[in-house]
Amino acid sequence: MTSPSATMEETKGGRQKAAPSPWKPAPVQKPKKKKKEEADSTISALNGKWAYLFTAPFFISFLIFGAAPIVYSVYIAFFNWDALGGVDNQFIGLDNFAELIQDNFFWNALFNTFSIWLLSTIPQLLISIGLASALRSHLIKGQTFWRTVLLLPNITSVIAITMVFGQLFDKDFGMVNQLLGLVGIEKINFLSDQIPSHIAISAMILWRWAGYNSLIFLASMLAIPNELYESASLDGASGWQQFCYVTLPQLRNTITFVLIMGTIGGLQVFAEPLTFGGGNFNGGDNRQFSTLTLFLFEQAFLNYRWGYAAAVGIFITIIVLIISAINFWLTRKISSEES
Amino acid sequence: MTQVTANAISPVQRPVKRKVPRWRKASPWSYAILVLSTFLSAFPFYWMYIIASVGDKAVASIPPEILPGPIFLESVAKVYENVDMNIALINTFIVGLVVAFAQVMLSAISGFAFAKLNFKGRKFMVLFVIGTMMLPSQLGIIPLFMLMAKLEWVDTLTALIVPALVTAFGVFWMRQIIDAQVPNELLEAASIDGAGVVRVFRSVVMPIILQSGFVLGLFSFLATWNDFLWPQLILKTAPNFTAQVALTQLNRSYAPDYATMMAGAILITAPLIVLFILVGRRLVTGVMDGAVKG
Repeated sequence: MTSPSATMEETKGGRQKAAPSPWKPAPVQKPKKKKKEEADSTISALNGKWAYLFTAPFFISFLIFGAAPIVYSVYIAFFNWDALGGVDNQFIGLDNFAELIQDNFFWNALFNTFSIWLLSTIPQLLISIGLASALRSHLIKGQTFWRTVLLLPNITSVIAITMVFGQLFDKDFGMVNQLLGLVGIEKINFLSDQIPSHIAISAMILWRWAGYNSLIFLASMLAIPNELYESASLDGASGWQQFCYVTLPQLRNTITFVLIMGTIGGLQVFAEPLTFGGGNFNGGDNRQFSTLTLFLFEQAFLNYRWGYAAAVGIFITIIVLIISAINFWLTRKISSEES
Repeated sequence: MTQVTANAISPVQRPVKRKVPRWRKASPWSYAILVLSTFLSAFPFYWMYIIASVGDKAVASIPPEILPGPIFLESVAKVYENVDMNIALINTFIVGLVVAFAQVMLSAISGFAFAKLNFKGRKFMVLFVIGTMMLPSQLGIIPLFMLMAKLEWVDTLTALIVPALVTAFGVFWMRQIIDAQVPNELLEAASIDGAGVVRVFRSVVMPIILQSGFVLGLFSFLATWNDFLWPQLILKTAPNFTAQVALTQLNRSYAPDYATMMAGAILITAPLIVLFILVGRRLVTGVMDGAVKG
């Protein structure tokens, strides 16, 4: 996330007064030196000491409800922690982690998580960019209506929607199988078979996020200067070529952003599989759609093995951090190669 | 920079003169895609109502029923036999409103400090806030639960409200908004006129960020409304249930009664749809404004 420095002045005189777009063009020129920008953005005439009071609620809240639990979580991961409080908690060193590595249920959950993540992220990216391209023209009538409808899935309750999707993906009476039957595909057991269950869950995630992400892509597409398209047309580039050589490269940062957010969310997915499995923490009778987070909750609140669950939480965090780091590294590498 | 020059040369007749690039044309394909995606977005809601109003035979018939039936009110009554949705909805409203209001206020003052005030450690603290957003929320959930038990907040709405009063996301979002929307000249002018920090915030910053604050409030309200794991862990008895927890009570049998489940789903989704019809446009603006910075 780059620092936006659009002031009122810079946002005036936008290119698209015709479209009812809420988007305001970002400043084309950015201050060259970061330091200068830093110094400019604060008001030295105002007493900075107030900042400590103003930011205190956040830091106090984070300390008590964020940092302390996380630190304590790391602590109890080294214990055989009895959640029911019967016996003394026993320090067992790295045993929880050693057990985790040998736990087939854990590896199964890891596989399911990545499978669902892959099945939902890639199609989502393509669909979102496609939808944004469809909405891009300011000649499209009813912009506000289409945009609003696209956001609708995102604001609704995951549980309510997962219940509907669970029914739609029912093996015998679900509409999905009936539609597939029309084109001669045999009934798929979306609940009991591993990969089909991942497809069903991915469909729920896709439905929820495709519209939201398309709005994000639309916002950055509208930020691409028209001049780029004009010179591309002069060079005789077709619509598809313009898309590949002008639009896509300009969306690079947004694609990275959407991917990172999707990955952080995707690695923590649990609401859909939990509801899909009728509220059970095991993720299906054969654990066919048990995810990492679901596994954590199963250990913590079904088996009451808090030390072990804490170890799972640490593992998830490490994966999230590694993937975020790889993403940042890739973005940086790509942008440095460009310049 | 090219954009600036182009505007300077022909600011008025530009839209007329410019040939519309291929990608900007409104093709029938675009409309087809939009109509299809609108249908797909809306269909699950319609299907909810079909099942709730036709009854379980809607899901057991081939080909499926596609028109509403007569028993919607019966299904609603069955929901109330299982859980008291009214109390659940009121509870959810209370939690949502308190959290939304607190988040907007606390995020706004923190965001203002991070964006405009000059103090030691500012840069580091901003990075710190961003860093905390990377941590998966479930990492600390067990100790947080233990803390709630110590405070004797289990099975109270307090346990849902207090930890959610201010989040890193809200603070960061407000910082970006204030940085982008509040001109420094205005703040400088106000402070030269002798206004202190609190006054500057109240009479200069607050009026400008009102709209964005409203959007943040909406998003917090929606997130609180739809949150269910934490409420489900914390809330044990029916009078304290939130809407989502109440709904999960209908999803726990071996032979699911789809009509009742869907009626419950409609009851807890309807307030959101109404809210969305009223303010959906502002949410779209909020998402897209945030996106440019992404």
